[in-house]
Amino acid sequence: MKDELVERIENNPKYEELISKRNSFSIKLGIFVLVMFYAYILTIAFNKEILATKISEGMLTTIAFPIALAILVISFITTVIYVKRANGEFEDITNEIKEDVKDLM
Amino acid sequence: MLRILALISIIALSAFAAGDASFEATKRELNIPAIIMFFIFIMGTLALTYWAAKKTKSASDFYTAGGGITGFQNGLAIAGDYMSAAAFLGVSGLIYLKGYDGVIYAVSFLVGWPIILFFMAEKLRNLGKFTFADIAAYRLSQKEIRTLAAFGTLSVVVLYLIAQMVGAGKLIQVLFGMEYEFAVILVGVMMIIYVTFGGMLATTWVQIIKACLLLTGVSFMAIMVLYTFNFNFESLAVAATENHSDGESILSPGGFISDPISAISLGMALMLGTAGLPHVLMRFFTVGNAKEARKSVVYATGFVGYFWVIITIVGFGAIAFLNTADGAQYFTDGKLFGGNNMASIHLSHMLGGNAFLGFISAVAFATILAVVSGLTLSGASAISHDLYSNVINPNATDEQVVKISRITVIIVGIVGVILGIAFEQQNIAYMVGLAFGIAASANFPILFLSIYWRGLTTRGAFLGGLIGLITAVTLVIIGPIVWVQILGNEEALFPYKHPALFSVTVAFIAIWFFSKTDGSDRGKAEKELYRAQNIRANTGIGAAGAVDH
Repeated sequence: MKDELVERIENNPKYEELISKRNSFSIKLGIFVLVMFYAYILTIAFNKEILATKISEGMLTTIAFPIALAILVISFITTVIYVKRANGEFEDITNEIKEDVKDLM
Repeated sequence: MLRILALISIIALSAFAAGDASFEATKRELNIPAIIMFFIFIMGTLALTYWAAKKTKSASDFYTAGGGITGFQNGLAIAGDYMSAAAFLGVSGLIYLKGYDGVIYAVSFLVGWPIILFFMAEKLRNLGKFTFADIAAYRLSQKEIRTLAAFGTLSVVVLYLIAQMVGAGKLIQVLFGMEYEFAVILVGVMMIIYVTFGGMLATTWVQIIKACLLLTGVSFMAIMVLYTFNFNFESLAVAATENHSDGESILSPGGFISDPISAISLGMALMLGTAGLPHVLMRFFTVGNAKEARKSVVYATGFVGYFWVIITIVGFGAIAFLNTADGAQYFTDGKLFGGNNMASIHLSHMLGGNAFLGFISAVAFATILAVVSGLTLSGASAISHDLYSNVINPNATDEQVVKISRITVIIVGIVGVILGIAFEQQNIAYMVGLAFGIAASANFPILFLSIYWRGLTTRGAFLGGLIGLITAVTLVIIGPIVWVQILGNEEALFPYKHPALFSVTVAFIAIWFFSKTDGSDRGKAEKELYRAQNIRANTGIGAAGAVDH
């Protein structure tokens, strides 16, 4: 990549906007998923009896099942949330940046 | 092509003949509908390979299917790579054996996806071309990085391949009463044909078709199971606890993941390993742009998540159905015929008779073939693209590179067969756990740091990555499974089955340390190059479209 192109893009406020918005969005969602997953794993590691709690009196099914289901569903929903924004807002900003440096490419 | 078909028929027939002896021993009858179904699949996929072979002309066609795969198709193909024999047969078998502990695998396998999507998928797409080494080698020295990456890739490929080979061998053994060794050889030969002739295009389409059939098949099984219990999970759970020797304890986490270190280590391996799986990474280069790459992750996560829910029902269904008087026919000497990995296959027979057994078996077989093809292809690209065309012979022509790939495919196939036979008795879900552990330790840290850390240098990546890989492999070898169960020693030198927690940490620290202390001019230049790399990773500017690299 030409130095001039690198300079131009790095000095473009839209590039800065893209990076900071996307990074903070990724990190927030990422931490959310990681906390959820490790809360589950650490519960299994240190106090698995909690997961053996029955859903209700007289039932055998434990809360471990709805919790597993919830992790699967939430993981999917977070991917949808991310892609909606990335393929919309972030993609638009990226295209604007590309438009701005078109002459150098 | 015709000659090869004839050859397969001969191998298959001689294998059937050789299998007669084990027939007597196990009192299995030749299952005609199953075999017909099975051959329809093989013929269909071979026809597909023939079509793909005619369309595969350049190296780009061979490795990335020409970059013309859509997000949705790629999502199905990624899901297909993920829903491997280990996932389908192994996890359902694990649930059958251990109850809820198998579900923990399922959950951990999925959580890697959102993480890849948020932090890696798009940047991989923007930086890469054919293999993951392309990303690390963007600003680092080609020679060291590609050599290391090739070894990392091959280690993962071989371990993962063993798991699939064992699954395939067992499956054919159960279905046809064929000798295990012949079954594994048959899979090896088929796989070599798909990949050498059809490349990524055939591999992708076999994967897509298989993903659809597998999802349909297991959905049907789950519906049949739930139908028996009036669509009430509680009734299924009650029936399962009544039929399992561990009783109620199968409904919560148990002893399979016994100590905290193992639990955390396994969780880490399954999650980070996903981002380091070479055959999955390759799939980001088959789509046209970053937008499609992102979409494909959403589809993949959806399909895989759904699959795990269904597999949980199938696994508990297997406990409820197989461990009954009616299910006694599937046992010999108190053991499930073909091992616990075959639980869902036997369940399909109980639920839908011979025809459905044939369907599920054929799908499972196609699953194995498709996954081993993808794996072998990534192993082949590591050798041909990373080692040959970038290190050994930089002036190689497209034809030479593809030729080297094909030779590698044959070698990887043979190695897979030999190791598949050696590891016959292993639980395949566990083997995959190990492959993930290696991927997480050797591949993930380099990938992650090369994308996110300006300070990474070739010295750091090479030495650190090597230390990570060696640590992971060593800990596996001196751990309980290889050291005790396979090598027959008294006690394991390393007490944990899953090394990821240690080896990933070691890799990160070593990469950091050797980069930090690298004061060379080359190191400085590499840090400088990060700016351009980061722009390309974030915007895709400078990235060639997959179609015209």
